[in-house]
Amino acid sequence: MTQRDPKLLIQPGPQLRQQMTTPVVMRDVWYALAPATLAGVWFFGMGALLVLLTCIAAAVLTEWCFSPEEKRRYFLGDGSAILTGWLLGLTLPPALPLWMAFIGGAVAIGMGKTIWGGMGGNLFNPALVGRAFLLATFPIAMTTWTSPGDFFTIPASVFAMPLMHGVVDTVTQASPLGLMKFEHTSTGFIDLLFGNTSGSLGETSGLLLILGGLYLWWRRDLDWRIPVGILATAMAFSLVLFMMDSGKYPGPIFTALSGGMMLGAIFMATDPVTSPLTPRGTWIFAVGIGLLVVLIRVFGGFPEGMMYAILLMNATTPLIDRYTQPRVFGRGLDTK
Amino acid sequence: MNLFRRLSNSFDHGVHPRHHKEQTEHLAIQRLPFGKRFVIPLGQHIGAPAKAIVQAGDTVKRGQMVAEPGGFVSVALHSPVTGRVTDIGPERYADGTFREAIVIEADQYDTQQMDVNPIDWESLSIEDFINEVQKAGIVGMGGAAFPCHVKYAIPDGQKIRYLLINGAECEPYLTNDHRQMVEQTDALLYGAEIVRQKLGAEEIVIGVERNKPDAIKALQDAIKPGQPARVMPLEVKYPQGAEKMLIKSVFDIEVPAGKLPRDVEVAVNNVGTIIAIADYFQTGKPLIERVVTVSGPGVSYPANLIVPLGTPIREVLDYAGGLTEETRQVVLGGPMMGASIADLDAPMLKGSSGVLALTEHETGRPQEYNCIRCGRCVEACPYFLNPARFARLAKSRMYEEMAETYNVMDCVECGCCTYSCPSGIPIVQHIRTAKDHLRSMKGKVK
Ligand code: SF4
Ligand code: SF4
Repeated sequence: MTQRDPKLLIQPGPQLRQQMTTPVVMRDVWYALAPATLAGVWFFGMGALLVLLTCIAAAVLTEWCFSPEEKRRYFLGDGSAILTGWLLGLTLPPALPLWMAFIGGAVAIGMGKTIWGGMGGNLFNPALVGRAFLLATFPIAMTTWTSPGDFFTIPASVFAMPLMHGVVDTVTQASPLGLMKFEHTSTGFIDLLFGNTSGSLGETSGLLLILGGLYLWWRRDLDWRIPVGILATAMAFSLVLFMMDSGKYPGPIFTALSGGMMLGAIFMATDPVTSPLTPRGTWIFAVGIGLLVVLIRVFGGFPEGMMYAILLMNATTPLIDRYTQPRVFGRGLDTK
Repeated sequence: MNLFRRLSNSFDHGVHPRHHKEQTEHLAIQRLPFGKRFVIPLGQHIGAPAKAIVQAGDTVKRGQMVAEPGGFVSVALHSPVTGRVTDIGPERYADGTFREAIVIEADQYDTQQMDVNPIDWESLSIEDFINEVQKAGIVGMGGAAFPCHVKYAIPDGQKIRYLLINGAECEPYLTNDHRQMVEQTDALLYGAEIVRQKLGAEEIVIGVERNKPDAIKALQDAIKPGQPARVMPLEVKYPQGAEKMLIKSVFDIEVPAGKLPRDVEVAVNNVGTIIAIADYFQTGKPLIERVVTVSGPGVSYPANLIVPLGTPIREVLDYAGGLTEETRQVVLGGPMMGASIADLDAPMLKGSSGVLALTEHETGRPQEYNCIRCGRCVEACPYFLNPARFARLAKSRMYEEMAETYNVMDCVECGCCTYSCPSGIPIVQHIRTAKDHLRSMKGKVK
């Protein structure tokens, strides 16, 4: 025979695999987040960027510390730690002291992921675990919102010494949701859409977040049912309230565009690990979040409800999965 | 969604791998020259192995029966060449094991011509017809190699309304059914008519994926007015050719779990199988050769070949230009359900629809990550099972729960879940482990 006999590989089928891998999925999410993040940095300045980078650094460092040495390459290589830090950073006030941001990032990975057995085992969204921790520990710093200012001015509070709050010297301003809740004034839709309002880095530009979501949907990385379900439910619910008393309750468009709604619906609730597996389950999950978020915003003590709504529904995910198993092909036909 | 699926003629879920058929879909079928040595394993079909009726030293003619069926679920075997039986004993098998086989050496001076002896099928009773098909050694040619006549033995009280011909050919790379539909259209329709009349079916339906427009057209043109046959174009999707999926796509009927197509009044046959039946009744030639696609980036000259059964896989590859340096893996069958070949000197069998030479690019395995619960596998599984759950439960050896709560035994190992998993989890392997375990447990209880 003329040709060399190559060493043949024996492996079980299927031999073909689609090209999408978990690291690619994570990187896609980075790309989708980039425009909204850049816009946020543009509006809030260098200080916000520092907060964001600190969160990412803390998350990656924590992942590195807790991953077994021989698997470190893959633990870090999947890119999920960066994403967790990034998402956390987007939910924080732009003038938060860096040491707090660092703690947030570390808690997000440590308590949000590692103690659950790492990637894929966690019940709650890690970024939100980090945020919930910060909110409980530093309630004042976490609710001090600055309005967008000059790009190069970094608020002094950012460099506050550990365990110090620092003085907030920039113009503080209530976020649109705070204004709505406590003063019943609404912010213009155009400002909300482009992100020129006070709030956290990622709570601002609804438009760019939607673009990111569309990109993910096009790449098939995103379960479209979740954002669609959340937004539709929240808007419908607030429309009902709005029609009951338009002076007291926000309208549906405000509900959809303000606060962490877009960021939460598109990037946080869709975290595959903490949302249901089954298609029917994702609908239940999304509708649950939509209802809870409006309930918390309108009747709860905080102006913002997205975080708690998502965390609460995260907790129900195993249960939802259990009861929404699809009907197996060729089974249970009589009861159709 | 369901309405949409109805309009596009398809089942739900499944995956869309690139079909790679362009390499061979326009290449006419050629005949592989006869080699010297042929190996005919006795147990190459599902069911009981055949029983050899020749001895070492016997001379045999091409098409002569060399082994008789070993039971009802079993078929006869025939010599692919005129020559001499040299040995009956263990021989190499594609998976690396050794199995009992008849070895025949071809007579180099024989012309290998066969007499034409048509069989008058019209006067045969259904029992005799079933006997003839078994005697002809015909099995399902799509890959499973299930004895064909068993499907025709319909229990009393049941009837067949539709003869469904499987021309989906959903496995990537393979074009053997495609070329046969284009080149042997008349034989296909003739064979279909034989089976239809014998089973008393009302209509012949030929399901073909839409990526074979020339086959669809050829069939539509060849159907004579008055013949109760129609062609059904189907969405290009894997596993469109899985029996139960095909029935769902064509008739919108779900075959209940644990039941057979005949329970919903359908008989399903592959294109190659029907042509083999037509050949047998028209010329008396039993199943001694089959059409095989040799393809993949690892061969220089991909082809559709008529291969005498028992030819070593190596000769088929050599005819296609031999393996390139980059070839990492050779697969017998399609790339989704086919198996890696451990030994290139193993023989081609009745169920070998393709020989594919794949490179690192196709067969490289991604790094395995933890399951991210993305649900891609759930939305790929055509049986609506929960593969992510299987993988997780199998890792903690909770096989009973897999069977009781999640119906793991319904899995047909189509591979859609593993194919679509971004975390590179070998889900099908976990499922096989679980099934093996459950089967052995069941054996112990009995
Ligand atoms: S191999 Fe089994 S579990 Fe996986 S997709 Fe196919 S039928 Fe579903
Ligand atoms: S496709 Fe893979 S990663 Fe996604 S849910 Fe299924 S097993 Fe998990």
